[in-house]
Amino acid sequence: MQGLVKRYRWFAVMLLALAVLTAVSPALGADAVAITGNTLVDMLMLLPPILVFVGLLDVWVPKETMIKYMGAGSGVLGVVIAFLLGAISAGPLYLAFPIAAMLIKKGALIRHVVFFLGVWTVAKLPVLIYELAALGALFTAIHVGFGLIFFYVLGLWFERQFDEKTLLKYDITAESA
Amino acid sequence: MVRSGYDDVVHLHTCRGIYEVFPKGVLVVIGVVLYSLAALLLAVSVVRDRGKTAAAVKKAGMIFWNLLPEILAIMLFVGLSLAVLTPDVISALIGEESGVFGVLAATVVGAFALIPSFIVFPLGGTLIDAGAGYPQVAAFVASLMSIGLASLPMESKVFGRQFAVKRNLYAAAFALLFAAVIWGVF
Repeated sequence: MQGLVKRYRWFAVMLLALAVLTAVSPALGADAVAITGNTLVDMLMLLPPILVFVGLLDVWVPKETMIKYMGAGSGVLGVVIAFLLGAISAGPLYLAFPIAAMLIKKGALIRHVVFFLGVWTVAKLPVLIYELAALGALFTAIHVGFGLIFFYVLGLWFERQFDEKTLLKYDITAESA
Repeated sequence: MVRSGYDDVVHLHTCRGIYEVFPKGVLVVIGVVLYSLAALLLAVSVVRDRGKTAAAVKKAGMIFWNLLPEILAIMLFVGLSLAVLTPDVISALIGEESGVFGVLAATVVGAFALIPSFIVFPLGGTLIDAGAGYPQVAAFVASLMSIGLASLPMESKVFGRQFAVKRNLYAAAFALLFAAVIWGVF
């Protein structure tokens, strides 16, 4: 019971916030519930297949293969793969966390994984079309160009501060976590 | 009554049409592609090794189960932030403020809000139309896309608190630097 309370503490905080909002304005509370429902549907359209990919990656791809393509010594290829994984993606950043964790577990360099997360936030191809249309080519080019450089350098920096063991203390695939 | 589709957000809010731009259709197409690909890979996997496939599906299920509390919190957070932070409210917060204070306000609002990325940029365009400056909108969209206070508990659970907090702090630095660059160019 105590574990359950601890596990769901953030959800409880959000429920409390919803209760307060509904008390202040029932209309806004109803909006929040309706939008939450839509967001759940959106999430269910994307997350389960992504998790299946992560699970299959875990059982089928040997560590050596991942190291060859994204690990130490993968060179430019690792950067390109990290870029492509982030660029073809769709959906909010939290969908990328389980993928990133699995990449690290399989031996991808932390710099590549941080870069992958960065690409996900600045250069998702489906979203770029909207940025171009709404804010123009120059704005978009600066956003993407500056973002790619920033997050690549950040990856190099993070690689010096974190290692695989400290990042993956918690195994998200574990049975009794 | 929860109807599907962002079109009902249009009915829920009086906004300047940004949600019409969001094509639920694109999301459905991406979803269908992802599910088909997952089904195909699972089928191939089953043919090659039943046990391994079962293990993969179990792992996927465990990740979902382990992260479910954080995911549900994010869902509610999105509902709350989109209900409260209507385009009009955001416009009032960012459109009026100019200068450095406006950039900071935009970064903070962007850090708290979690808005689907297909809406973020049309919303940025709407803010420009409403009189906001490019640097403020730059900070806002960059902050929305890369800082996630709503997903911080999930990020902490997956990578540890230290990594999650640092990545978000650097993402904030990115939003501010990007706004500075845009300030210089526009």
